[in-house]
Amino acid sequence: MSIVLRENIDWVGYVDWTVRDFHSYNTDRGATYNAYLVRDEKTALIDTVKAPFVNDLIQKVTTLTDMKSIRYIICNHAEPDHSGGLPRVIKECPNATLVCTKKCEAALGKHYDTSGWNFHIVKTGDTLSLGKWTLQFIETPMVHWPESMFTYIPEEKLLFSMDAFGQHYATIRRFDDEVSFQALMEEAKTYYANILMPYGKFIAATMDEVAKLDIDMIAPSHGLVFRSNIDKIIEAYKGWIVHKPKPKVLVIYDTMWNSTGEMAKAILEGASIPGVETDLIHVRLSNLTRIATDMLDAAGVAIGSSILNREMMPMIGATLIYLKGLRPSGKAGFAFGSYGWSQGGMRNLVDYMKALDWEIVRDTISSQFKPTPEILDECRAAGKQLAEKALELANNHAN
Amino acid sequence: MKRYVCDVCGWVYDPEVGLPEQGIEPGTPFEDLPDDFTCPECDVSKDDFSPEEE
Repeated sequence: MSIVLRENIDWVGYVDWTVRDFHSYNTDRGATYNAYLVRDEKTALIDTVKAPFVNDLIQKVTTLTDMKSIRYIICNHAEPDHSGGLPRVIKECPNATLVCTKKCEAALGKHYDTSGWNFHIVKTGDTLSLGKWTLQFIETPMVHWPESMFTYIPEEKLLFSMDAFGQHYATIRRFDDEVSFQALMEEAKTYYANILMPYGKFIAATMDEVAKLDIDMIAPSHGLVFRSNIDKIIEAYKGWIVHKPKPKVLVIYDTMWNSTGEMAKAILEGASIPGVETDLIHVRLSNLTRIATDMLDAAGVAIGSSILNREMMPMIGATLIYLKGLRPSGKAGFAFGSYGWSQGGMRNLVDYMKALDWEIVRDTISSQFKPTPEILDECRAAGKQLAEKALELANNHAN
Repeated sequence: MKRYVCDVCGWVYDPEVGLPEQGIEPGTPFEDLPDDFTCPECDVSKDDFSPEEE
């Protein structure tokens, strides 16, 4: 079933109800791959879907128009969740020209056999007239890949924002005001944290371009279309781009015989001062997606691990590698953990935090085997110190 | 000294400024950057840089 955005502008994407692992992103609410059909004197298809679902896309389009009537296929982003359907769609659309950036043409050529594809290369400011509507293109490098762009229809004040403002959220509804606003914003935040966090600087530049546009509707490539909460999603993005911290402390840990676990709980107790939100995260009982999302607006982060065979525990390692790529910034933190004889892995723990330019508020707290009451007191004091720092960082940002 | 632009993400290397956080002193021409230099934003190598157009 297609869904009408505007008369003759329809959503023709695919709802992926059962996907739960999107290249290690836990998509607890599923996902959608959004494609849009713009029917005018010349008809344009904006993006496709993941390859396995291309038949579904074609079926939706053919209920609205003949595939042969499609004159332009717009590829806003070469990643296979949007471009996977292209080889098949292009075969079905003998009269279509593929419209994308120069870098997108190159990227598509590294994914598919594009010989014989008819490309029309566009850059920022270029337009194509479809008849009564105009497609206007805005290059958005690194939002989400180097070749990415937005497509805008000025006459309808309608922005096709590709991955920006997207959410992995499978629902039969297509508009922001038809679902729980809280669930929508949770998924938008999760998406930003796990997909877009490293590209904040580039997104900021893109947001400046977006601010120049008159927008009534934002149609991203994943999830719900914004028509009622545009200001709210833009406002949220403005905070996420600059890693705006909340007075919030996360205690993230893994533990073998619960020594590091006891330390983590003591830190949490100490950090739970008025005005500070806290959370305790056992990495093996949580997941990377959740951790990155919680991290996005936390001001203070304590990370702890037992030492296993000289190294930190493997899921703490995975967490730190993941964070190293996402580059959450502007945080304060410290490391802690229990060891038997070697403390090597404990040093690595704090090195990762330093590599992210976090402010290390104190020395690493380490305990040989079980923590003594004195060490647990030290953990409580450290938690309080981190919480006070978190309040300070959040206040500095607010002023 | 010429500024160089990352072909992938558009980050600009300015030799006047260098890249102190990676130990590159101000005044270091692009040509003198170490072979393992990578773009601080997107991590591609020197080969993916072009001289900035006038």
